[in-house]
Amino acid sequence: MSITLTINGEPRTIDADPETPLLWALRDELGMTGTKFGCGIAQCGACTVHLDGTPVRSCQTFIGDVGDASITTIEGIDGKAAKAVQAAWQELEVPQCGYCQSGQIMAATALLAETPKPSDDDIDTAMDGNVCRCATYARIRQAIHLAADKMEA
Amino acid sequence: MLHMLENPLQSAVPSRRTFLKLSAGAAGGLMLALRMPGSARAAGDDASFAQPFVHIRPDNTVVVLNKHQDMGQGNATGLATLVADELDADIAQVTAEFAPANAALYKNLAFGMQGTGGSTAIANSFMQYRQAGAAAKAMLIAAAAEDWGVPASEIKVEKGVLSHSNGKSATFGDLAGLAAKQEVPGEPVLKKPEDWVYIGKDFPRVDAAGKSHGSIGFFGMDHQAENMLVAVLARPPRFIAVATGFNDTEARKVKGVVDVVSVPSGVAVLATSTWPAIKARGLLDVTWDDSKAETRSTEEMARELADMTGKKGLPVAKGHGDPEAALASAARVIEVDYSFPFLAHAPMEPLDITVLFDGNSATFWTGSQFQTVDQMVAGTVLGLTPDKVAINTTWAGGSFGRRAQPDSHYFAEAALIAKARLDAGNAPQPIKVVWTREDDIKGGYYRPMVAHKARVGLDENGNVVGWHHRVASKSIMIGTSFEPFAVKDGVDSTSVEGVDELPYELPAFQAEAHNAETPVPVLWWRSVGHTHTGYVAETMIDRLAKEAGEDPLDYRLKRIKKDQRYAGVLKLAAEKAGWKDPLPDGRYRGIAVVKSFNSYVAEVAEISFRDDGTVKVEKVVCAVDCGIPVNPKNIEAQMQSGIGYGLGAILRNEVTMTDGVVDQENFDTYLPIRMTDMPEIEVHIVPSTEAPTGVGEPGTPPIGPAVANAIAAAKGEWITELPLSKHGLA
Ligand code: FES
Ligand code: FES
Repeated sequence: MSITLTINGEPRTIDADPETPLLWALRDELGMTGTKFGCGIAQCGACTVHLDGTPVRSCQTFIGDVGDASITTIEGIDGKAAKAVQAAWQELEVPQCGYCQSGQIMAATALLAETPKPSDDDIDTAMDGNVCRCATYARIRQAIHLAADKMEA
Repeated sequence: MLHMLENPLQSAVPSRRTFLKLSAGAAGGLMLALRMPGSARAAGDDASFAQPFVHIRPDNTVVVLNKHQDMGQGNATGLATLVADELDADIAQVTAEFAPANAALYKNLAFGMQGTGGSTAIANSFMQYRQAGAAAKAMLIAAAAEDWGVPASEIKVEKGVLSHSNGKSATFGDLAGLAAKQEVPGEPVLKKPEDWVYIGKDFPRVDAAGKSHGSIGFFGMDHQAENMLVAVLARPPRFIAVATGFNDTEARKVKGVVDVVSVPSGVAVLATSTWPAIKARGLLDVTWDDSKAETRSTEEMARELADMTGKKGLPVAKGHGDPEAALASAARVIEVDYSFPFLAHAPMEPLDITVLFDGNSATFWTGSQFQTVDQMVAGTVLGLTPDKVAINTTWAGGSFGRRAQPDSHYFAEAALIAKARLDAGNAPQPIKVVWTREDDIKGGYYRPMVAHKARVGLDENGNVVGWHHRVASKSIMIGTSFEPFAVKDGVDSTSVEGVDELPYELPAFQAEAHNAETPVPVLWWRSVGHTHTGYVAETMIDRLAKEAGEDPLDYRLKRIKKDQRYAGVLKLAAEKAGWKDPLPDGRYRGIAVVKSFNSYVAEVAEISFRDDGTVKVEKVVCAVDCGIPVNPKNIEAQMQSGIGYGLGAILRNEVTMTDGVVDQENFDTYLPIRMTDMPEIEVHIVPSTEAPTGVGEPGTPPIGPAVANAIAAAKGEWITELPLSKHGLA
């Protein structure tokens, strides 16, 4: 079945079962591999994308349910918060293996877009669903604060 | 269609014998004689410079070829730092790529084969990569001298630019082609440490940008190719059970499913993309033969291990004095039993591997960690010599030991699937085998379950008169190609490392080992034996300090034997943590020190308790002595990472089995450490001029005992059975 989705501002048509998780549609059907597979059950956040600006787990979002909501992936994020986050990530050298970092960046960007000056508690709430097996959590926290400063500047 | 598998394929994993036949000259380590797959020279164009470790392209890019796997521990940056420094390259022009699989050129000097592990990447490459950088620089200078007609001694190199007082200057890229024609210096002159510009200072991570932008194709999981199939396997619910038949009628109805293939490790569904393969796998109906499988529960296995520690074991080669005699005449004997669970590595990227096999040669794409072993195993399975097996090493999304496999089982599995397809008359086609998180958590190759029994004799004043120690676990090495190098008189050094001797002055000490048997495959897990021996040794020492009525830090410092680097890290961590300063109410501290992989790490953990009684680790102060600190920022990152990884495990992680079936499945049941668990961490590096040693693993062992000692400071009890969640503490 053919389904049309709006991804990073462009209409993309996918020929797949409506129950296909958005994660696999992005990765396999569209070759957009920035969004990662970590658990498949909404427990790790590696697959985080934005649906109308809200972070969602693409492994548990089915392409038949997306409708005309606008999907943003790591390949397409842009704007003040995203730029600040990616710059802070690079500056503090947050990534180790890097496999979780697309999801971390998507979650952090959504947080900052909503809450430009987050407290540590805000960060805990927004980021606790994103697992990093390399335990880069300290630098993730630091980088979110740095990104907040960059946005203010 | 219903398939009856009359003769399930024999396991294709080569036996130890095959390996030994393939290895030559056991005396000097695992020497694997391999033919070199052509020259390391890139594209073959005349304008490039291509030595095994350094390529310089006409566009002025310096590529450092990483013979190791970088799964987050930062060796790509570390090796780039070494080359860039000796070469006097500019930071911006340096990139890293993975070297091809070629043991002759790219062996780990600590192993004799190409592979990464034991926190050896920087230690074994320190001289080699500096020499490579220095040689490239000498050749660039010789090229400039030839081109400009001036003496080489008059040429200056700075930040990627060669220049002469006559006003001539050139970039590396300009001279790359001419430099390639110069003689390779046998003994290039290395810089003096005081002239280093990057080593010990700062060199930014070469992978930070790509990994902050989700760049395509970074990981094996992201590999894509025209006409590629994705395979997902139904794996046996009990370890080493084999499929005797399967019904794939429903599975084949899933759109996108192309084939169903049986291999010794399970039944593979092949589909045009990942999701149909996962979905169809769930619809397979497989009959398993459990006759050789593990059918016990982990409780039963733990009892077996505990029983073993009550009996005499194999003596460990090290040790001194006669602890049994000392115990017999001691005023008092403390006997403590410890129990450690199986642990999954759970790297963020589960295993994946792409294979393309055409009958005459094979190519793989994956985050290979043991390239030489992987090449040989794949070659054996496919009937190819290793030089016909190409491996494109990709970045790996973590490993923690999981991708370093003495049996290369994931290569063997992929190779068998590809071979089965070809044998059935299909055209060669790339096949990506994907492990789901469930496959990862339930798939074995765990840190072994371990039991320890420590018996320590004390005199009337609480002083130790003798210590007898026993360890029981399945050996990681026995039965693998590494056995000849790691097992002596039946004792696997990785089972007892850390308690074969202790760094403390003890009148008598002897360890013994027992090797338990189980079909559950086991593997090294970040810091290997030290994951449990460090916990036991350092919680025992704390207990003994209390028996002697001494402060745990003073007790340790007073008894450190010759090796004062232990004392160095202990003192630094204690000083920075304010060890002797009073703590606010409700806060408790613990300290521990462990040397692993020749690096020394001491950690002070400060904890509190939440209202529900669980432990909150508030802060960890870490001191590390890893010799010359090549890249201080990466050392800090690795210490944080090792601490987080170890803390996650001691808090809540265990793989348990009921009647041989793993109880955990995914991150909802095998609970990873999260942001809210993470303490504040301070890392301090001991200045040193000793040769550099590793940092990938050594941060992990001390955190468990440091936290346990803090809990004991609060409650007077040392936890001897992990994880802490078993005791309502996490
Ligand atoms: S892959 Fe979606 S949350 Fe883990
Ligand atoms: S950087 Fe490796 S999992 Fe987060």
